[in-house]
Amino acid sequence: MRALHRKLLRDLWRLRGQVLAIALVMASGVGVLVMSLTTVESLEETAVAYYERYRFGQVFARVERAPVHLEERLREIPGVQAVQTRVVRTAVLDIDGFEEPVIGQLVSVPERAEPRLNRLALREGRYPRGASPDEAVLSEPFARAHGLELGERLRAVINGRWRELTVVGIALSPEYVYAIGPGALMPDDQRFGVLWMGQQALQAAFDLDGAFNDVSLALLRGTDPEAVVDRVDDLLSRYGGIGAHARADQLSNWFLMNEIDQLRTLSTILPTIFLAVAAFLTHMVLGRLVAVERSEIGLLKAFGYRNRDIALHYTRFVLGIGVVGVLLGWTVGYWLGLYNTRVYAEFYHFPFLLFRPGPRPFALAAVISLGAALIGALGAVRTAAAMPPAQAMLPPAPPLFRRTALGRVAFVQRLDQPTRILLRQVIRWPGRSFITATGIAMSVAVLVTSMQWLDAINHMVNVYFLEAQGQNLTVGFAEPRSSEITRDLSRLPGVQTTEPMRSVAAKMRNGWREEREALQGLPAHQQLYRVHDAGGRSLELPPEGVVISTMLAQLLQVRIGESITVQVLEGRRPVFDVPVVATFETYIGSPAYMDIRALDRLMRERPSVTAVHLRVDANQRAALFQELKTLPRVSSVTVKEAAVQTFRDTMAETITIFVSFFIVFSCALAFGVTYNAARISLSERGRELATLRVLGFTRAEISYILLGEVALLTFVALPLGCGLGFALASLIVQAFETELYRVPLVILASTYGWAIVIGLTATAVSAFLVRRQVDRLDLIAVLKTRE
Amino acid sequence: MVDRIPTLRARGLCKVYRTGEVEVHALRGLDLVLETGELVVLLGPSGSGKSTLLNILGGLDTASSGEAWFLDHELSSLDDAGLTQYRRDHVGFVFQFYNLIPSLTALENVALVTEIARNPMHPEAALGLVGLGERLHHFPAQLSGGEQQRVAIARAIAKQPDLLLCDEPTGALDSKTGVLVLEAIERIHEELGTTTVLITHNAVIADMADRVLVMGDGRIHEERRNARRRPAREVSW
Repeated sequence: MRALHRKLLRDLWRLRGQVLAIALVMASGVGVLVMSLTTVESLEETAVAYYERYRFGQVFARVERAPVHLEERLREIPGVQAVQTRVVRTAVLDIDGFEEPVIGQLVSVPERAEPRLNRLALREGRYPRGASPDEAVLSEPFARAHGLELGERLRAVINGRWRELTVVGIALSPEYVYAIGPGALMPDDQRFGVLWMGQQALQAAFDLDGAFNDVSLALLRGTDPEAVVDRVDDLLSRYGGIGAHARADQLSNWFLMNEIDQLRTLSTILPTIFLAVAAFLTHMVLGRLVAVERSEIGLLKAFGYRNRDIALHYTRFVLGIGVVGVLLGWTVGYWLGLYNTRVYAEFYHFPFLLFRPGPRPFALAAVISLGAALIGALGAVRTAAAMPPAQAMLPPAPPLFRRTALGRVAFVQRLDQPTRILLRQVIRWPGRSFITATGIAMSVAVLVTSMQWLDAINHMVNVYFLEAQGQNLTVGFAEPRSSEITRDLSRLPGVQTTEPMRSVAAKMRNGWREEREALQGLPAHQQLYRVHDAGGRSLELPPEGVVISTMLAQLLQVRIGESITVQVLEGRRPVFDVPVVATFETYIGSPAYMDIRALDRLMRERPSVTAVHLRVDANQRAALFQELKTLPRVSSVTVKEAAVQTFRDTMAETITIFVSFFIVFSCALAFGVTYNAARISLSERGRELATLRVLGFTRAEISYILLGEVALLTFVALPLGCGLGFALASLIVQAFETELYRVPLVILASTYGWAIVIGLTATAVSAFLVRRQVDRLDLIAVLKTRE
Repeated sequence: MVDRIPTLRARGLCKVYRTGEVEVHALRGLDLVLETGELVVLLGPSGSGKSTLLNILGGLDTASSGEAWFLDHELSSLDDAGLTQYRRDHVGFVFQFYNLIPSLTALENVALVTEIARNPMHPEAALGLVGLGERLHHFPAQLSGGEQQRVAIARAIAKQPDLLLCDEPTGALDSKTGVLVLEAIERIHEELGTTTVLITHNAVIADMADRVLVMGDGRIHEERRNARRRPAREVSW
């Protein structure tokens, strides 16, 4: 067997180009798999460790004002292990050198001891102390965005009063890994920051002495959070509770977990494609090797090697390719995983990072990819094992070509001979042609799929921000304000148009289905913030009834004309039934709208607003911002332009990285497929091509015959790849769909164009490499030998 | 004939192959003149340098030293593209193993060459000359060895080459079929007047030549002129 081993190694070395090309495709699959699995593992491990170490709560609730002694009652709920009551409010901050008002989330921490729950990962400094009420700990990304250091000061309008706060600490918190401001879609560390201040200081500032407005609970192991949520709601409803939620629905955690889920989805879909193609390539290359080595196989058998020795020999050849692919993929996957996890850790602001991938992702990737390669090798190995020795030593029967009906068509009659050779070759081996075309198509499909994200997000930004929203500024309030505020705002410098909006926390029900969703009141005919259907039409709000998003209609299983029950969670907490008058499609959230006057009536309150949308004169922004900073009880100031910019920047940061990975991987795919196809063709037809050279054909002319075949298949593959890309993208878009947002399936023509250009380039590179081998054809050798 | 430039002249041709550490001298200072319209048979045992000579004359290989002239072109001064052009325009090849393109029919195999030639005859006419006018649309796998070789001859002469080089054209064939192939070569030579070189190690075939060159050890050992060319159909072995 020693000699056979040596033959194996030499075969692998001799065919190194093809071995490497297959290994690259396999490595791409293994790489994506290892990358996503290790990233998932690390992110989960890091999140769990972070949450545990800093005692992140498991149930959360917000109230208007509840007495501190209620804490005792909350602790008595079965399954509750610890309770932390807090004051959480927003304030407008004024930061030197930053024109726009900045929104600060003020969160109280006990002055005497560390918080029982939601502890801070202090990066610098210390917690605030009781003696001085103006001490604050800043969230690190916010401090970094503004270059704020320990000991520096910033001004804040807290409950209508200017205060000067001193930075005593800089920290991270498990509660704000994804720190998203009110009314924003993406974290914006310049315009939103978290500030932790002393409990008594905040209680005093917001007239909440002896009271709290926010509570977090930790549960005993094995407790069902939903049961606790219900009990908390019972206790808090009379204090203005707007509904508790479990950790799974906590915004920051939701985003993190959602990201992890998406990575997991990615780890199933894409490696499958790469490994399937790798299996097909193995099939092709091994099939050819066995054909070339017919007589050797016969000879070995004549010498007394058993069929299973032969089978084992060729199986080892495939395993050899597989081992190269797996090792390469492991390395690439490990580094990409590490890189990726670092990017995420940066994005989610983890204070530490646990990247110690276990053996599982690696073992799994190896087993799957070697399995795929072996399946691919099965046919050829079986042929080799089954070949009777006497027959194996005879030269193979010449391939039989036949004239087909197609050959008699006038068009074909006019083709020159090299083109006929090329076409007959494609038709003679339809299986191989199919694999080659499909492989190239897959690579184009992966390109289309990965690049469509950029199109989709652009489209989302266009529809959500640019088409639907006519305002350029939105001012939100912490609690409902009399509608007169709209008029007050319209008198501020530079304000051209104003439009009120009222949002009330509510539960909406249809039968047993229930969703927590804000009911938003807008004018019947909106000029600024429009009820906009993704299809491009804006809706007027009817005098009665609600207009809801199709997502909400789907969640509640309600149709137009049917009624839903709305249970308001604030004010007088009215409960009412309203008919669903219309639905509209939206990419973000599952909103419900009604005429603001109807909402006021149903709330049994004077006309109120919670936000005002403004269109302002850009030239007077500075003066307007200055006024807004002093406006009492403002909880958010959203500059649309900045929101769009943040959205684009964040997406560009994260998605561009992914897209570039996949461009590399799909290039490997296209390269691997075409290189192997052309090499096999060259090996089979070397004699034929050399004969043509002897007959006076130039290198370019014989390259046309060899590479024309690949080119023809590529041209078939390109449109096929675009179609497959569309299908794959819609599959992934569906897999990534969440209640919070749905990525639209939008693929621009230019994306198809780029996918085609990149796919063609990879194909051209491999063609170029094969072309160089065509130049080295030995013209004399072919004349003297029978194949 | 005396005034005309010979089709091919070679002087002092040497060819040294280096395989590993061994130097093989395939040609050792060979001189040769091929007159236009001659049929020359090149005899010699294997290893005597016949094929090497044919490769150099056919523009497949270049000599290590010495010179070879086709009309007024010096072959050793041509680069790869120049040699390709030379083969394309002036040389017809017939090989021992036919080297037909399996995916093309007999007619298409001939058309393959006529499409790129300057002054070709009609492919059907070429196949008619070798007696295959009835089997135009057969693929190589559907033809016998002798038929395949005759297609190869038709393919070689369809461009009306100045020089027809045949390397052991009957080497893979039995005597009866081989004679048919030789007849085809003979007929071409007579009807078109193509300068023809035929390599063989079969001495009987030499009788059908104008001139016989016997090679050995990289040189021409012996040259003889047949007073009368023996018709191919009288040859047998």
